[in-house]
Amino acid sequence: MHSTIPPLLRPSRRSLLRGATLACLAGIGANVLRSAAALAADAAGWPQDAFKQKDEADAIKALYGKAAEVSDKVKLDAPEIAENGAVVPIGVSTTLPNVTSISVLVPENPYTLAASYKIPEGTVAAVSNRLKMAKTSNVIAIVESDGKLYSATKEVKVTVGGCGG
Amino acid sequence: MASTIRVRAIAGSDVTEVQALIQHPMDSGFVKDADGKLIPPHHIETVQFEAGGKTVFTALWGPAVSKDPFVKFSFKGAKKGDELKITWMDNEGKSDSSTAKIQ
Amino acid sequence: MRKVAFLLVAMFVGAQPSWADEKPAPEKDLKAFRDYFTARFPKLQLNDFVNGPYSMNEDMRKQWIEKEDFPPYDFALDRGKELFGTPFKDGKTFADCFPNKGIGIRQNYPYFDEKAAEVVTLELAVNRCLEANGEKPYSYVKDDMAAVTAYMAFTSRGKPFDIKIPDSAKALQAYEDGKRYFYERRGQLNFSCASCHVQYPGERIRAEVLAPALGIMNAMPIYRSEWGGMGTTARRFTSCNSQVRATPLEPDDPTYRNLEYYLSYMANGLPVSGPGARP
Repeated sequence: MHSTIPPLLRPSRRSLLRGATLACLAGIGANVLRSAAALAADAAGWPQDAFKQKDEADAIKALYGKAAEVSDKVKLDAPEIAENGAVVPIGVSTTLPNVTSISVLVPENPYTLAASYKIPEGTVAAVSNRLKMAKTSNVIAIVESDGKLYSATKEVKVTVGGCGG
Repeated sequence: MASTIRVRAIAGSDVTEVQALIQHPMDSGFVKDADGKLIPPHHIETVQFEAGGKTVFTALWGPAVSKDPFVKFSFKGAKKGDELKITWMDNEGKSDSSTAKIQ
Repeated sequence: MRKVAFLLVAMFVGAQPSWADEKPAPEKDLKAFRDYFTARFPKLQLNDFVNGPYSMNEDMRKQWIEKEDFPPYDFALDRGKELFGTPFKDGKTFADCFPNKGIGIRQNYPYFDEKAAEVVTLELAVNRCLEANGEKPYSYVKDDMAAVTAYMAFTSRGKPFDIKIPDSAKALQAYEDGKRYFYERRGQLNFSCASCHVQYPGERIRAEVLAPALGIMNAMPIYRSEWGGMGTTARRFTSCNSQVRATPLEPDDPTYRNLEYYLSYMANGLPVSGPGARP
C-alpha cells in the first residue's frame, strides 16, 4: 500500500488502541449518524455545525456569529500537565455580568468545540467539566456577556502515558 | 436497572450547587476496537436541568467530553426540598431522565 | 543496622539479599521500609503515602481532589454493593462467606491460610465464595470482581492495615517470596518493582509520576483513567510486568499473592483508602 506518511510517523496499532488521547492521529473523519430523535435534539438546539468545525475561529463563528476578545475577567482553571488526556478537569468562571453562554474549545482536538453551556438568568456563570484532549493544546474558554464574547486561553500539556503503557 | 444519572444538589444560603455524573461511554468515533474497526461515535448531545418549572442549565456536549461525564454548576432561587430534573439525549436518540431532591 | 544497610545496597544493585542463615524478620523489615520513605519525604504525613502519585505532585493532586468530589469509581461502587447483596442460586450471599458479614474487613487481607499453606487475597476469597455456592467465579482482575472488592474496601475506609504474618515457616516463606519478587529485576527493561517505587518515587518515568511503595496497596481496587475502568491489584501487577517487557504471571499466581502479602504488610498501620482513582 502506497502511503505518503514516512514509516516512523505512521501510528502503530497499539497507539491507536490507546484511546481518545491519541485520537487525532487516526485522521479519519467520523461520520455522525443521526437518528430522527437526534435530529429533533438539533431542533432543540444541539449546534451540529459548530461541533463539526476544526478551527476555533470557525467554531466560535458557527456557535455565536461573532468573534471574541481576550479578557482577564474570564477565569480558566486547567492543570499544567493533564494526568491523563482522557479526563482533564476544566473549570470556567467569570465576574462579567449577564452571562448567557460559556463554551470550551480545544484547538488541537479533531473537532475543536468540546462543550457549550447555556446560562439562563439566575444561574451562576461558572461551570466545571471533564474533557478529552488528544494532545498538548491550548484550552480556550469563551464567555458571552451582554451579547459580547470574551475569552481566556491556557495551555495544557498532555503526554503519552509512561511505562510504555 | 439503576439510573445512569448520579446527582448531588445542595442548597446553600445563596445558591444551590449541582454536581452530576452520568454513566455513558461518550465514544468519540476516533477509537478502534481490538479488531481494528472504528467504534462509532456515541455520545450525549444535550443535558437539560430543570427546577421550579424552568430550565436552569443546559449542556451541549460533543465527543470530546470525557467518558462517564461530569458537570458542576450553581443556580439561585431554589431551596431544600425542591426538585431538580435532569434529562439527557445522545446522538443515537437514546435518553434518560432523573429527578432528585435538593438537599 | 547492618541488615538495613545491606538491604538498601541490595535494592540499588538489584541483587537478592540472602537470608539462608537468618530467620526472616518482617517487623524489622517494616521499620526499615517505613523509615526509608519517611526520611525521604519528611514533609509528608505518614497516612498521605496511601495516595500514591497524588502525595508526590501538587498539580496532579489538584486534579485528583477535583475528581474525588464525584469519583469515576462511583458506578463500580454501586454495582459492587448490588452484587454483594444479591443472593446466589443457593440463597446464600457474600456475607455468609466472610467474617463480620464482609463489612469492614478489607484491612485484614491478604492473610496466610495455614491449612492450605497459601496467601489468600480478597479476590481469591471472593471467587472461592462464589464457587463454594455454585456460582461461576469472576474475572480476577476487573469488572464484577473489582466492583465487589471496591464495595468491600469502601466499607473499610480509614481502617489501618492489619496484615498478620504468623510465626510459621510456611508463612515466613510466602512473605520472603513476595519480598524477593519485589526486589528482583525482570524483563527487557530489567527493572524490579523497587527500581521505580523505592528508588524514584515522585520522579517521572516518561510522563507518569511514580508512587512510593509504602502504602501502594491501600487504595486498591482502583479506577485507572488509563484503563477507562476498574482493576484489582493483580491487574496492575500484570500490566506493570508487561510494561517492563517481562512475561506476566497468571493474575491469581501464588507469587503475586505473596507479593501483595509483602507489600500490604509493609503498609501496616496505614489506612485503607480504597477504592481509589489513579491516572
